[in-house]
Amino acid sequence: MAELPLKDPAPADDAADTAPRPGRIRKPIGWSMIFLAVLVAVCVVLVWRRDGADGVLQILFSDLELFGGILPRVLAGCLLGAFIAEILPHEKVSRALGPNSGLKGLLIGTAFGAILPGGPFTVYPVAAALLTVGADFGAAIAMVVSWTLIGYGRAIVWELPIMGTDFTLWRIVISLPLPILAGALGRFVYIRLYPKGAPP
Amino acid sequence: MSALIVDIILWGSVAVLGFMSFQRGRPVLVSSMREGTLDFINIVPRIALGVIGAGYIAAVIPSEVITGWLGPDSGWLGVLMATVAGAATPGGPVIGFSLGAVAMKAGAGPPQVIAYVTAWALFAFQRLILWEIPFMPERFVWFRAAVSLPFPFLAAAIAMAIGKP
Repeated sequence: MAELPLKDPAPADDAADTAPRPGRIRKPIGWSMIFLAVLVAVCVVLVWRRDGADGVLQILFSDLELFGGILPRVLAGCLLGAFIAEILPHEKVSRALGPNSGLKGLLIGTAFGAILPGGPFTVYPVAAALLTVGADFGAAIAMVVSWTLIGYGRAIVWELPIMGTDFTLWRIVISLPLPILAGALGRFVYIRLYPKGAPP
Repeated sequence: MSALIVDIILWGSVAVLGFMSFQRGRPVLVSSMREGTLDFINIVPRIALGVIGAGYIAAVIPSEVITGWLGPDSGWLGVLMATVAGAATPGGPVIGFSLGAVAMKAGAGPPQVIAYVTAWALFAFQRLILWEIPFMPERFVWFRAAVSLPFPFLAAAIAMAIGKP
């Protein structure tokens, strides 16, 4: 069965997980990982009962291959995030992407998300790094949403061949305003949720 | 081929930024490389669990269930179901887009498929847990997902309004 890479899920882990700061904290394994591990274990059992050990092994090998392919890119993404956190001057980032950056900050976040190379292994470390050096939730949301909806990487590699050019292009056109709206909505809600700034 | 180009751009960016931090001095380069590598080591077990687990989750959820929800001419209820289906779709881009394509062939309306793909891109539950939470502050992830909720509906509304694709 699926080995769970869990040590002792001490209650302190949960406390650390529910009160994260936008900092470079290395999170202990929290409830979301436990949930996923349980879900995977259940699914492994279901596949095993349906397809036997062969079915389980077949999925394992194809996923291991996928995992091996992704691994170097995850490293690239982590390095990219670390370099960005180190190089970008904090004051400039908070001016360009901070809470008071206005529409311009959302536009910069959107543009950044759209041109960022790579997959989830790049965008999330980079967005986390930007949060650390002074971007606000709104700009980071614009960036993540822009990457996921109008980023070219996934569209070229996966969507064009599978969904066709017509659908892909129209979907991207329709999605163009969404990152800015999502970032603006994020800012709007954030200010009302945390009027005194981020909770400790 | 296109994956190779993405890899080249990706590692090229790493090289350029690495060089820029080297210009700040050797200790800057060394410390940021150590930070990045520690992040990597910390994240690998989670990615392993997610990527290897995704195959099993995808194998268990029958694709007919998800495509069935997208229904032809299902109107706003269909958009709602498409949004739920998008959030529930496990696995990577192959599965998400393939199910969308199957639904289109089965007669689902383009606005519903737009809503499905948009919802899947914005807040597929498995991706939130597998990719976003390991890398980002958990509070940000849930906040972003909550803020994203209206947008599959907005995308479907725009698609209905302009009559495309």
